[in-house]
Amino acid sequence: MSLLFRSRNQGAQQVKISAFRRFVMFWLHNAQQALGSLGELVRYPFASLMTMAVLGLSLTLPATLYVVVKNTDSVGANWQQAAEISLFLRHDLSAQEVATFSKRLSLSVAIENVTWIDRDSGLAQFREASGFGDALNSLSENPLPDLLLVTPAATHRGPLAAQQLLASLQQEREVDEARLDLAWLEKFEALIQLLRDGFLALALLLCISAILIVGNTIRLNISSKRDEIMVMKLVGATDSYIQRPFMYTGVWYGIVGGVIAWLATAVLIWWLDGAVRELSQLYASQFSLQGLNFNEMMVLWLLAIGLGLIGSYLAVRKHVTAIEPH
Amino acid sequence: MIKFEQVSKTYAGGFQALNQVSFHVEPAEMVFLTGHSGAGKSTLLKLISIMERPTAGRVMINGHDLRKIGRREIPYVRRDIGMIFQDHRLLLDKTILDNVALPLLIEGYSMQEARKRVSAALEKVGLGDKLRHYPMMLSGGEQQRVGIARAIVNKPPLLLADEPTGNLDPKLSLEIIRLFEDFNRHGTSVLIATHDLGLISRLRYRTLSLKDGRMINDGLAED
Ligand SMILES: Nc1ncnc2c1ncn2[C@@H]1O[C@H](COP(=O)(O)OP(=O)(O)OP(=O)(O)O)[C@@H](O)[C@H]1O
Ligand SMILES: [Mg+2]
Repeated sequence: MSLLFRSRNQGAQQVKISAFRRFVMFWLHNAQQALGSLGELVRYPFASLMTMAVLGLSLTLPATLYVVVKNTDSVGANWQQAAEISLFLRHDLSAQEVATFSKRLSLSVAIENVTWIDRDSGLAQFREASGFGDALNSLSENPLPDLLLVTPAATHRGPLAAQQLLASLQQEREVDEARLDLAWLEKFEALIQLLRDGFLALALLLCISAILIVGNTIRLNISSKRDEIMVMKLVGATDSYIQRPFMYTGVWYGIVGGVIAWLATAVLIWWLDGAVRELSQLYASQFSLQGLNFNEMMVLWLLAIGLGLIGSYLAVRKHVTAIEPH
Repeated sequence: MIKFEQVSKTYAGGFQALNQVSFHVEPAEMVFLTGHSGAGKSTLLKLISIMERPTAGRVMINGHDLRKIGRREIPYVRRDIGMIFQDHRLLLDKTILDNVALPLLIEGYSMQEARKRVSAALEKVGLGDKLRHYPMMLSGGEQQRVGIARAIVNKPPLLLADEPTGNLDPKLSLEIIRLFEDFNRHGTSVLIATHDLGLISRLRYRTLSLKDGRMINDGLAED
């Protein structure tokens, strides 16, 4: 260990400790320091709690947005109507031809299934729904075409793929007109994309601010221990030895901050869920928000701990090295 | 053990605190360093513990040129040097036990292993019963002795003391010097900076005298 005194090494080695014990000691010491910095936090609970809360709450908003995006994704996936294509067929086709065509379409990989609403039942439905019964009776001929409702396969449900499918269906000899109500689907997709981008940008910004806040708190911790650090350097402490307890403090901030993020996210989701339930009742459907699952909670926790560690590392690197005894 | 070769130190701002100082302290020698206030005594000690770097010349410890010691190696050099300060620099929120154990914990000792050595060191300075006290509960002389215990606890081959008797009465001062003599007899090189000329002349040790940054005398002190 001694740099300047060769003989001191030998003299000291008998009292010194075996490599294995050193290794054990190293970890034991780390554990002690981790507990030590926890004790430090308990001694100044208010300042520590503030930083933990900021860290946790910074992660709450992105986590909640993530949950919302995740849920809209599953709504989008469930909502097959989103990309339903209506094919109005030519008037001069026989029922046999329509059946063959419908059969052929349903074999295509791009199409999940095809529903045939023949012109007569179409008229019957319309008569019932519209109340124009008598007026319609006076028609000598059914004016409605046969209608095929085409549900694209899952791979062809996005706005672009659905559009391509529409174009190719339009080319079919039997088809008079093909329609896809894309406008709202595109809006829906764009909205989700916006949410997703917003979520990423927001998450990034809030993570950076969490790092800065942790860094700043650690910086204050360091400067309040300036004298102690100086003494430690005078008696031969390395920078990394001095830095370790502060890094542990950052980790503790992350551990508690992560739990705060869980709780706050759960509360926020619970609150949003009430609104979502009401909304879905208006649309006569049963839908409720899926919160964070176990894996996602662990990722959130690790993220919080990572941010605490990065924040403290940055502060420690800059400020512990800067303190020189005099 | 400690060798200065034409060492000069000019502080940022242009003040020359040391001017071409050369001397050599042998292993196991005890030497006093004296001079008026501002003569450069503390500066000289700081060059040995690498708290400052010389602007010219070189400082050697045990044949090692300190210019070759990088930033990251400084802590390991300091572990070989026991340092004692006039303002003792104890950690006020830690017990005497924790204060004295600090150099050992830094070297990787466990508290249990450190405790024996801490007790022995405190015993040596006559404070064996104050393990659990805090520095503020001790008198100035006792605090100074805790500082000495911390400096010797890992048995460094080199002791540097900057005004260790600064504000102590003559009787206590002599007691502390006797402590240094004791370590010195066990093979430690000791360099003590002081302007307590009365003390030095009574003891008749080799004395280095500084004046305005120059070495004006190397030998026995003249009163
Ligand atoms: N960090 C510094 N920057 C600039 N000048 C300094 C610095 N440290 C010391 N000096 C100057 O260098 C000179 C020598 O200082 P030093 O502390 O070595 O004196 P000293 O002999 O220990 O004095 P004293 O007996 O009062 O402690 C003084 O004039 C002081 O003002
Ligand atoms: Mg001085």
